[in-house]
Amino acid sequence: MAKDILNIEDLVLRFYTYEGIVEALDKVNLSVKEGETLGVVGETGCGKTVTGYSTLVLVPPPGRIEGGHILFDKEGEKVDLLKQRESLLRSIRGKDISMIFQDPRSALNPIFTVREQIAEVILHHRRSELIEKVLRGSLTGLERRIYPEMLKHPRSLTHRILSRVPVVNRYKRKLRDVVTEEVVKLLKEMRIPDPDRVAEMYPHELSGGMAQRVVIAMALACNPKLLIADEPTTNLDVTIQLQILNLLRELKRRFGSTIEYITHDLGVIAEMCDRVAVMYAGNVVEVAGVAEIFKNPLHPYTKALLESIPRPGRPFKSIEGTVPSLINPPKGCRFHERCQHAMEICTREKPSLKEIEKEHYVHCHLY
Amino acid sequence: METRSKLHELKLAMQPTMRELRFTISRIRSSPLSIVGAAIVILFIVIALAAPWLAPPGHLSQGGNPYMIPKYGIKATPQPPGTTVAGYYARFGTTAWQYDIYYGCIWGASSAFRVGIFVVVPSLLIGLLMGIIAGYYGGYLDEFLMRFTDIIIAFPSLILCMAFIVVLVPIGVGRLDAVMLAFVLVGWPTYARLIRGEVLRIKNEDYIEAAKSIGCSDFRVIIRHILPNSVYPVVIMASLDIGTIVLGVAALTFIGLGAPEGWADWGQLIAYSRNFIYGRPDNPYGYWYTFVIPGVFISFFTLGWNLLGDAFRDILDPTIRRK
Amino acid sequence: MSIFIETDSLKKHYPLTGGVFRRRVGEVKAVDGVSLSIQRNECFGLVGESGCGKTTFAKTVIRLLKPDSGHIFFNVSEDVKQRIAELEKGKNSPELEKLLGEYDLAVFKGKKLKSMRRRMQIVYQDPTRSLNPRMLVKDIVGEPLIVQKLAKGADVRKRVLEMLSKLGLTARHMYRYPHEFSGGQRQRIAIARALVTNPEFVVLDEPTSSVDVSVRAQLLNLFQDLRGELGLTYLFISHDLSVVECIADKVAVMYLGKIVEMASTAELYANPLHPYSLALFTSIPIPDPTIARKRIELRGEVPSPVNPPKGCRFHPRCSEAMDACSKEEPQLIDMGNGHIVACHLYKK
Repeated sequence: MAKDILNIEDLVLRFYTYEGIVEALDKVNLSVKEGETLGVVGETGCGKTVTGYSTLVLVPPPGRIEGGHILFDKEGEKVDLLKQRESLLRSIRGKDISMIFQDPRSALNPIFTVREQIAEVILHHRRSELIEKVLRGSLTGLERRIYPEMLKHPRSLTHRILSRVPVVNRYKRKLRDVVTEEVVKLLKEMRIPDPDRVAEMYPHELSGGMAQRVVIAMALACNPKLLIADEPTTNLDVTIQLQILNLLRELKRRFGSTIEYITHDLGVIAEMCDRVAVMYAGNVVEVAGVAEIFKNPLHPYTKALLESIPRPGRPFKSIEGTVPSLINPPKGCRFHERCQHAMEICTREKPSLKEIEKEHYVHCHLY
Repeated sequence: METRSKLHELKLAMQPTMRELRFTISRIRSSPLSIVGAAIVILFIVIALAAPWLAPPGHLSQGGNPYMIPKYGIKATPQPPGTTVAGYYARFGTTAWQYDIYYGCIWGASSAFRVGIFVVVPSLLIGLLMGIIAGYYGGYLDEFLMRFTDIIIAFPSLILCMAFIVVLVPIGVGRLDAVMLAFVLVGWPTYARLIRGEVLRIKNEDYIEAAKSIGCSDFRVIIRHILPNSVYPVVIMASLDIGTIVLGVAALTFIGLGAPEGWADWGQLIAYSRNFIYGRPDNPYGYWYTFVIPGVFISFFTLGWNLLGDAFRDILDPTIRRK
Repeated sequence: MSIFIETDSLKKHYPLTGGVFRRRVGEVKAVDGVSLSIQRNECFGLVGESGCGKTTFAKTVIRLLKPDSGHIFFNVSEDVKQRIAELEKGKNSPELEKLLGEYDLAVFKGKKLKSMRRRMQIVYQDPTRSLNPRMLVKDIVGEPLIVQKLAKGADVRKRVLEMLSKLGLTARHMYRYPHEFSGGQRQRIAIARALVTNPEFVVLDEPTSSVDVSVRAQLLNLFQDLRGELGLTYLFISHDLSVVECIADKVAVMYLGKIVEMASTAELYANPLHPYSLALFTSIPIPDPTIARKRIELRGEVPSPVNPPKGCRFHPRCSEAMDACSKEEPQLIDMGNGHIVACHLYKK
């Protein structure tokens, strides 16, 4: 039985806005098992994206995490990310947990080349490893003295001063070359043609698909245990989406990473994921294996969602009503206003998690 | 029955505006500096409007024009605040040649608003016209107007002011008016460039194209669709500008080129204190009141408008507005 | 059903300027000779990926953009079209000019063009950007009536209310700003604006792409109902092939400014012939994990429309490319049953 590498327990997130307090996440519970691809599916405003951001503890103000635990398995020990110092979190972000964003163009800094951006990630986390690599190569006298010091004292004064002196600082080149080698290797693995040339390009020169591969390269540069993919193919053409999905599958095989795939596209979920969590209005409403959830959806929302997928020859079925405002969310189960099976208890009490069948969990009073 | 439904409709129409207004006010309230800015500007507005009561005109030396500062005598040395000169109480003292500082400061507020508004509003209107035409129509018209704008910007405003004074005053234009005209003529390019930038940004938005698709004329598109969405940086610039213009005119007056002799203008008051900024060796700051008091008025006026301008920017910028 | 809208070799190129003197250094051949016809009351789907020119084509058909060459015939009789075709074989004659000026939407100007505008409308993809954020809903929806001089004063208000209620909105919503609504509601407001002048032809430019899956179904139902109720003809543009499959009667696939395949929906989805169509249709992820589909992954990226590949534009990425494909551009071949395809594979 695979172990969990991420457990989100009772996560509460609120946004303090002018219009009121938005109850974005209401005691969300989610766990990701090692090696799997977990799909988090839901519509706009259901909270799937902020759940991803919360995992990295990167929720922008006016959002505030106000409760719960995020337990991450770091080297065998469970660490509550919400209680950690920023310095530890920074060492985890990019190395143990990485994120891929929806719009690749805005995820890349337009004034730095591809190489510089990926190098930034690599240097931040794998610096000592790369310095050791430099040391194994051929070095001049000066370099032989500086690099070991850089290894021992990461912020050595000598290095900081010398790196700014114009001619002397050519020693930095060795490190730069080693890093560039790594970058090109990474780009090759992303199946980017002509990686040497692409490494020197700026983000605006890249097409959407290419840019997204660069973002994936940055995310996988340090071989993270958990990769959070936030709608990475939503903005891409469908043939490019196929390329990226195939790439992700192949990379997962090779690197062995665990993926949390956030999307609203049920087709992609069916393609990519092993398990699925369905979210609605800040709650997780159903969790099950992918085959199970398509064959046997239990929660009324999941059922309605699956039925609303347009199919030719059938009239379009939509879900009555609209997503409720999370500023004054409905009491009890948040779906009760649109639910065809709503009972009296649904307006009062929030349903708790029940395991209906093996590994198939639902939050619903019907069960 | 008709009137009742019309009233109801009016009430409904006002609601979204009221909602927006409430949001704006809350944004103002959330930033203390903008409250300070707003308070200062409101204070000056009150002073300017209440000038006839705060500092009643009627002194003989004014010659019937309330914008002339009353002169209480002919002594050269300024008198400190609180003294009575020739039977008249000078609350803030007098300048050299016995001009009443208090009167000058109060009516100076009114004069400052006059200068500010009569310079900024025409500048703004000319700039808007040029900028919108250049931005919307593009092509050669845009090039031509922008190069024309560049030429105007290259004009040194100080020299232009002096030139205007030399040419226009002899034919009867007031000196202050000549200076204001000069400022208008060199001030509009800033607005033109600003609004042109906004128009270029908005021109390609979907809703502009949608307006054209239903058959809107260019005029309607500009007035109804582009202008309301592009005018906010101009408003911000204008409020910052009022402070700057008044400061500029005060500086010109100090060197003798702005308001005429005896005009109630803060710069004029400081001009009179030119010889008394450093007083006698044994009492170097003895005449502080001649330049500090008008100086405080000028500084606060400019500060108030600058803060208000910043506040407008924070409040009106639509990208920050809706979180 | 008769042909309602027809385009003939429509072209729209964007000039690229460069250098100090802004010389024309090249052209973006966004739409490079598209001929198709749409029947009355039909929903015609146009699919393709970004850069294929489908949006440019749609905007050119309703004259938001001026075409560089080609004809657009909006409800023109067959005789006139034949006469024009005859005259075009010869030299330019005054009769040709007169006929074109009278019937060819591509050359209309001024008042004639403005009065056509009320008969054809467009609904944009992103309602957040297509509605003026500083206008009230009632003004947004009422503006077409005022501009087209179709109503005045209280009459405008009445018709706006009528239209809004058809779309499920109430009088209360009239006095609100667009940002006070959800995405689905904003799209309805945009639809209301498009339909308020009772147009005959509506271009729907990816109208369901920016909204959620559940709202999508609502909007699609709405489109179907309105089509029947108001007798509309649609040009439905989308990159979402599953949506087009459900709502369109006939579909055309575009690649780099040209149509590569066109057929009735059922026919095209069951039997795509062009290699690009095949790749396109098989890359749609199916929301059913039990079905494994044979997928064709295309090599490379979409080339730039400034310098399209010689011969068949798709040949660099085509797995079936033959020698002829890099030399000669394929013509549209009629495969019977209304199915046409532009590919050398099917040359008889």
